Amino acid sequence: MPLKSRHLLGLHGMPREDIELILETAISFREVLDRPIKKVPPLQGKTIANMFFENSTRTRLSFELAERRLSADVLGFQTSGSSVSKGETLKDTARNIEAMKVDMVVMRHWAAGAPHYLSNVIDANVINAGDGAHEHPTQALLDLYTIHEKHGKIAGLHVCLVGDILHSRVARSNIYGLTALGAKVSVCGPATMIPHGIERLGVQVFHHLDEVIGNVDVLNVLRVQLERDAGRFFPSLREYHHSYGITKGRLEKAGKPITIMHPGPINRDVELSSDVADGEHSVILQQVLNGVAVRMAILYLLATGNQ
Amino acid sequence: MRTLKGTIMDAAAIERTITRLAHEILERNKGASNIAIIGIRTRGEFLARRVAERIEKVEGIHPDLGFLDITLYRDDLLGKLEQPMMKGTDILFDITGKDLIILDDVLYTGRTIRAALDGLIDLGRPRTIQLAVLIDRGHRQLPIKADYVGKNVATSANESIRVHLKEIDGEDSILLMHPEKEGK
Repeated sequence: MPLKSRHLLGLHGMPREDIELILETAISFREVLDRPIKKVPPLQGKTIANMFFENSTRTRLSFELAERRLSADVLGFQTSGSSVSKGETLKDTARNIEAMKVDMVVMRHWAAGAPHYLSNVIDANVINAGDGAHEHPTQALLDLYTIHEKHGKIAGLHVCLVGDILHSRVARSNIYGLTALGAKVSVCGPATMIPHGIERLGVQVFHHLDEVIGNVDVLNVLRVQLERDAGRFFPSLREYHHSYGITKGRLEKAGKPITIMHPGPINRDVELSSDVADGEHSVILQQVLNGVAVRMAILYLLATGNQ
Repeated sequence: MRTLKGTIMDAAAIERTITRLAHEILERNKGASNIAIIGIRTRGEFLARRVAERIEKVEGIHPDLGFLDITLYRDDLLGKLEQPMMKGTDILFDITGKDLIILDDVLYTGRTIRAALDGLIDLGRPRTIQLAVLIDRGHRQLPIKADYVGKNVATSANESIRVHLKEIDGEDSILLMHPEKEGK
C-alpha cells in the first residue's frame, strides 16, 4: 500500500498505517547505511530541490545525504544571495525552480503553512522540513523510529516533551505522531511556554519536572530557542536550568533508566547537562543517524508511490 | 481467474531437485569452504535455507547464508502502478572473495537477476557469482544464464508459474497455470 498523500506536510491527521509504513521502510534504509557502499539507485533520474528559507545545518545536510544516497540529483537553495532577497514571492520562486523540471521540493520556511501553500501551486511532491512553529514531520518520524529502535515498541510508553512547547514545531509533530501510535504523551515546561488548550491534543501538562520524571520512559528535551527570543519567557538561563534542566542528579532520583532525546542543536548546561547529553541513555546521535534513513524512506515512498 | 494446466513438481520432486542442486554446487566448487548462499527474497530465501542445510549434511560445514531484497535495484521502480514493499537485505558477512550462489525460484526475463547482480556488487567483490534456480521457463530479455537448473520448462509468455513453498504457502508444489481468459 502506498502513502495516502503525495506530499509530506505534517503528521496532523496522517493515518497510523502511513506512519507505520514509513518507519518500516526506514529499517531497510538503515541497513544500507551500514554497508561499505552507502548508496542505492532507486531515485536515479529524479531531481530534488532543497529550499531553505531559514537556517538549518542538521536537517539540510540530512536531507541532502538521504537524497544523494538514493542517487537523486540535488539542487541546493538558500535565501541569502538568491532572488528571494530581491523580493520574489514564494510562488514565483517555486514555479521557476519547477520550470527546471524538478520532481520534489524539500522546504523549510519561517511561515507556518508555507509548504501547504506550495503544494497547491506546484506539481512536484512537497516535503515539509519545518514550517514556523507549526510542524516538523521528518524530525518527529525519526524520533518515533529511534524510540522504537530503543524500546522495541511505541504503544504504551510514556514520552514527556520538556521545555519550550509554545515555539516548538518538533513538539507538535511529536504529539501527533506519538498519540497516533498509542504512546502516552505529556509536556512539561514553564507556564509561559505551554500553549493554552494543548490538553485538547491528548497530552497531560506538568510544570514541575519532579512530578513527572518518575513515570516516564522517554524524555524528549527541546531546545531553548534563544534566537526566537525565548529569554522573554523565563527570568534567566540559570533559573531555567535549575527548574527544567535535565541533570544526572534528577535522573538518578527517578530510579529507572530514562531514554534521553534532543532534536539539536543542544544548549549545553541549559536544557541538558553535559554528562546527560553524552551519557549512556542518550540516543541523540542515533537520532541523527536514523534521520538519514527515515528521510530516505520518505523520499523513496513519495517518489515511487502511485501518482 | 487463471486455471490449472498441470503440475510441474510435487513436494517429493522439489526435495529431490534441491538435493541434486546442492550436490552440483558442491561438485563444481570443490566443496563448501568458500561458498556463500544468497536467497532472493521472498521465495529464494527458503530455497537458500534448504540448500544450505543439504550442504551442511554432506560436508559438515554450514555455508554463509544471506538474503537479498532487490526492490531498490528494479528497473521498473518509478513506473510501477503498485508500490513494491521493501523486504530488507540481510547479508551479515563480507562477500568479498567468496563464491556466491544466488538462489531463486523461477528464471524468466532475467531482470530480477540483473538487479541482484547490481545489488551484490554494491556490497563487495565476490570471486564468482553463480546462479541456481528451481525452474527455467525461458523468454530471457537479458543475456543471463543459470549455472544450476532444477528443471527446464517450455512455456508460452502468457502462461504463469506458481511456486508454493511450505514455509510461507503451507505446501510444496510448482504449478503451470493457463493464461487468463478474456471476458471472464
